Amino acid sequence: MNPAISSLVWPWRRRPEQPAGLHLLTALNNIHAVGGVVIRELYRRKDFYVLFVLTALITLVMGSVNFFNEDRIVRYLKELCLFLIWVSGLVIAVTTAARQIPAEREHRTLFPLLAKPVTRAQVLLGKFWGCWLATGLALVVFYVFFGVVSGLRERQLPLDSYWQALTLHWFMLGVVCALALLGSLVFAAPSSTNTITLVVVTGILLLGRHLNKVALSLPEPWQTVVYGLYFVIPHLELFDVRDLVVHNWGAIPWGIWLAALGYATVYAALLLGAACWLFRRKTLN
Amino acid sequence: MAEPILRIENLRVEYRSKDLGQRTKVAVRDLNLSVYPGEVVGFLGPNGAGKTTTMNVLLGFLPPTAGDAFLFGVSVRRPIARQRIGYLPELTYYYKFLTAEELLRFYGKIFRIPARQLAQRIDWVLNLVELEPVRRRLIKTYSKGMQQRVGLAQALINDPDLLILDEPTSGLDPIGRMKVRHIIQQLKRQGKTVFFSSHELGEVETVCDRVAILQAGELKAEGRVTDLVQQHQCANLEQVFLKIIGYHEPSDQLTGMAVAQAA
Repeated sequence: MNPAISSLVWPWRRRPEQPAGLHLLTALNNIHAVGGVVIRELYRRKDFYVLFVLTALITLVMGSVNFFNEDRIVRYLKELCLFLIWVSGLVIAVTTAARQIPAEREHRTLFPLLAKPVTRAQVLLGKFWGCWLATGLALVVFYVFFGVVSGLRERQLPLDSYWQALTLHWFMLGVVCALALLGSLVFAAPSSTNTITLVVVTGILLLGRHLNKVALSLPEPWQTVVYGLYFVIPHLELFDVRDLVVHNWGAIPWGIWLAALGYATVYAALLLGAACWLFRRKTLN
Repeated sequence: MAEPILRIENLRVEYRSKDLGQRTKVAVRDLNLSVYPGEVVGFLGPNGAGKTTTMNVLLGFLPPTAGDAFLFGVSVRRPIARQRIGYLPELTYYYKFLTAEELLRFYGKIFRIPARQLAQRIDWVLNLVELEPVRRRLIKTYSKGMQQRVGLAQALINDPDLLILDEPTSGLDPIGRMKVRHIIQQLKRQGKTVFFSSHELGEVETVCDRVAILQAGELKAEGRVTDLVQQHQCANLEQVFLKIIGYHEPSDQLTGMAVAQAA
């Protein structure tokens, strides 16, 4: 090892040799530290509280009304509550992730940060980790509220279904966070990133599953293009198990659940890889 | 002589010009400079001379077009080279939603300073920059001078051997400037190496052991302040600086024009 480098490692303990795995440990430490700042930012801002209060208010008002003495009305209440959770989760994930890098550049906080022994990739992964964790924490709050409301009305709590819905939703938002971070490196303004990411994600959620059918009705070369698009885009609609929860249809097989989480992980990794590559090539001034 | 802490070798930085008809612009031209342990070196030059660009290369923000720079013998292209440095940017902005203490804890974590030592270090730097009483206040409530001192505190959190300060007193009132100057002098007494750019030539003269004067990306002069003053037969560093960059006072220029017109 270069003696100059060994004198730089661990200045607080001045170890003569770099221990094995220090690079990975350092990277994880840096990613975790950057992520911590993102979470702190989320709970010091008002976005999350506003969305939670809105969701809670709408759900509680709807839940307190008993339409036509109909017991099955609880399904509509659950549907509405889950819809609000999906919208709120998406808004939190996109707005949090989209502003991270532009805000760091605009406020020039990126410079003292990058002047520390931290790489751009670690900063980006730290931002992702923070956004993903922050949206996860928000989702836990939302789903606990949902569980309490539906449990009180239905007098049953299918925890396995709720757990699957929460985790699938969280991993789906991981892909969304990665997409928003990548977008924030392509588009300069956070507002453009917000809009474009929301449009793309909503488009995938609504139209993603139909693209193959649409492709069949198109002439060449559009058929190939749309068909290719169908295979390239992350199918976020696969993570939407709201119907299973609303109608109490039971949990999906755990193998499929695990495969879906793997699918989201692969897509998030690909998007983050592209974002890291872009960020490394960006000129900072 | 000791090994230099900071070494710049034939550094050249070019960037794409925004001017029509000009493809590239040279920001730094074949710069060679060394800074030795315990020195306080002033990096001077008019606006656009290439000081900040050089610092950006030293900090790994900008890749050099040619040449290289080394910190503690390690190329600046490697992040590990920044382990023992502290950096204060010209325009200091920090996370406004954090308190000074939280900000320092965050940066301390990046250096992997153990928790107990980090707590002691935070106390020490906040005392040094006189922000101890407001350590739990959000940074967004700080004045500009206080924000600059938070900047100094974060630059010192890892007990760096080399401090790179980009115009540390820019935009500060006289008291703020005095405080920052006092801190630099204190660090000098502790044997820290400081490399800083400034337009406050009086301050540079007071604090620095050596200066390097850059103009249009080229190193025009380098040496001890007293030697440069003697060499250029000037009264102070400001005159040396103006002479080296070839600046003439407007009154001289007007007189010269009037004489030319009369002739």
